Amino acid sequence: MRRFALIAVPYLWLLALFLVPFLIVLKISLSDIALSIPPYAPTLDLSAGWEGVRSFFAGLDFENFVFLTQDDLYWKAYLSSVWIAAVSTVITLLVGYPIAYGMARAAPEWRPTLLMLVILPFWTSFLIRVYSWMGILANEGFLNMVLGWFGIPPLQILATNTAVYIGIVYTYLPFMILPIYATLERMDESLLEAAEDLGCSRLTAFWLVTFPLSRGGVIAGCFLVFIPAIGEFVIPSLLGGSDTLMIGKVLWEEFFSNRDWPVASAVAIVLLLILIVPIVLFQRNEQKQREAA
Amino acid sequence: MTTAPADRPRPGPAVFAPWDEPDAVPLIQFKNVTKRFGDFTAIDDLTLDIYTREFFALLGPSGCGKTTMMRMLAGFETPTEGKILLSGQDIAPIPPNQRAVNMMFQSYALFPHLSVWENIAFGLKREGKDKDTIRARVDEMLRLTRLEKFASRKPHQISGGQRQRVALARSLAKAPKLLLLDEPLGALDKKLREETQFELMDIQEKTGTTFVIVTHDQEEAMTVASRVAVMDEGKLIQVATPPVIYEQPNSVYVADFIGDVTIFEGTVRKDGEHYRLDWAEGQPPLRVRSPASLRDGQTAYVAIRPEKVEIHHNRPDDHNVLRGKVVDIGYLGNLSTYHVELPGGRMIRAQNFNTERDTRQPFTWEDEVWVNWTETCGVLLER
Ligand SMILES: Nc1ncnc2c1ncn2[C@@H]1O[C@H](COP(=O)(O)OP(=O)(O)O)[C@@H](O)[C@H]1O
Ligand SMILES: [Mg+2]
Repeated sequence: MRRFALIAVPYLWLLALFLVPFLIVLKISLSDIALSIPPYAPTLDLSAGWEGVRSFFAGLDFENFVFLTQDDLYWKAYLSSVWIAAVSTVITLLVGYPIAYGMARAAPEWRPTLLMLVILPFWTSFLIRVYSWMGILANEGFLNMVLGWFGIPPLQILATNTAVYIGIVYTYLPFMILPIYATLERMDESLLEAAEDLGCSRLTAFWLVTFPLSRGGVIAGCFLVFIPAIGEFVIPSLLGGSDTLMIGKVLWEEFFSNRDWPVASAVAIVLLLILIVPIVLFQRNEQKQREAA
Repeated sequence: MTTAPADRPRPGPAVFAPWDEPDAVPLIQFKNVTKRFGDFTAIDDLTLDIYTREFFALLGPSGCGKTTMMRMLAGFETPTEGKILLSGQDIAPIPPNQRAVNMMFQSYALFPHLSVWENIAFGLKREGKDKDTIRARVDEMLRLTRLEKFASRKPHQISGGQRQRVALARSLAKAPKLLLLDEPLGALDKKLREETQFELMDIQEKTGTTFVIVTHDQEEAMTVASRVAVMDEGKLIQVATPPVIYEQPNSVYVADFIGDVTIFEGTVRKDGEHYRLDWAEGQPPLRVRSPASLRDGQTAYVAIRPEKVEIHHNRPDDHNVLRGKVVDIGYLGNLSTYHVELPGGRMIRAQNFNTERDTRQPFTWEDEVWVNWTETCGVLLER
């Protein structure tokens, strides 16, 4: 009995925090918009008994999903989100790998401090950090002020996709650094000496030994950046411009500006379906990592 | 058993002993090499020659600097002072990837993401050899180390002994002038270890490579090596062939480090052909023959190995006869070791071969016995 209770805890957790909200959103996505509170129909009327349940289910349909295929805003937003997330992931990898490498090669007594520095930004609010990027990138912002000192004309960065890339790379960098650092730190340094002993230069030893051995960390880091970046909403709406198209922003507008909960829910359900593929791949990679260790 | 006179090479052309030939050119020369880590001296003013085709063993306790010497040869450390020459050329400026030296690492350092075959081919591919040459060479190495069946396995899918053979094959594949083996057999169990020792000697003979092996196992060093260097705290204590190390140690340290020994400390006195060592009040002095020249009254030591000590029920008519009592018996099947307590509490070990199939031991606990050895069997040592 006790064992059962113990096993039940995570399942109850999943049920309460994932399955129930998911079912609610799924239900709303199958509903119709209505001028009422809540702003959709039908609602389940249990006082009407069996008849009420029947009319409730009769009121559900896939209209909203069909609508998503008719307006090309949606598929363009999905595609653009995937593209922006993919590009940001590549940039984050290019920035994060050298940092993780440097940390893993640093003297052991320095490593905890360096690790701390990577995690430190999490101690301030995400929103505040994004706002400070607005201050840095704005037309009269800090960056352009510094450029002005050197006589360089001001750059228009805020309200462009460039600002979105900067914001995503900055925000998700620790998620890239930490898994890569973990694999690099675990690596036996005598492997590099063995590679050198067998005729490798430092650089070839890196490509033939270090990089392949850190692949698990690279894959994990890429997914940890890519998956949340697809649905990112705050960064594109604060740093991006009117032409920055990301599905998170579309969803927010559908929900709050248009007050169309059913379509917003349909957008969310499709987003979830899109994310399932990389999430499953990520889990597989983690599984493989554990088996290899 | 008698010992050969010290320091005289045995004649005969078949004997491999380039270190005794005055005009032989060493493959490796350490010239007054010192290596310091911070203010800790790991290698202390060390001079050593190693010759082509030697199987040279570095023997010493943990932390005495064996690995450091290997790493200097491989190029991962540079001497703080002094020079290391390979074929007469100073190797200090040559990076590890350009030395004709390969190392078998203490931890094997096999690439976990590559198969056995790819591990062995790794060094050959870096040389830019063509595919067929590489394949032929890798297959040859797999045959030599009897690993053909495991070529496509990953390192984590094979046993410790097989991994060790992969590491050996990988380091041999490039046919280095010099192969460094850092405690190659440390992780193996006794039986596999002995087998592998003979395998190593076989491979060394077949390939004609010069081997330098590090070990802290004295039996291993004695088994495989053409010469053994006994080290302590970054210094060479003695460099000699295994029989010389065993029978003519130059110090108490070496005598004690290699094999079983009983050591008597006392004052020495020249007496005609031989020396006498007064080692205890009321005990007869020990007689020992030695080419060394010691001052009368000097402190000295006599080291005696248990297999050279005879044990008797009745007093033998000889020198070096001591009375004692059997306090412990170590029965090993092929031989028995008797721990004999001398008057005054001193212990001496005597070994007897069990040449008869008699399960009763000729001596038993508490037996009053006599032990003795001939005057050529003891070794007189100054320090
Ligand atoms: N990179 C290093 N930094 C500081 N001390 C070292 C370093 N490498 C080895 N030592 C020290 O040098 C001594 C000899 O080490 P080593 O050559 O590894 O001994 P061993 O004979 O056991 O192989 C040890 O006391 C060790 O602590
Ligand atoms: Mg060592």
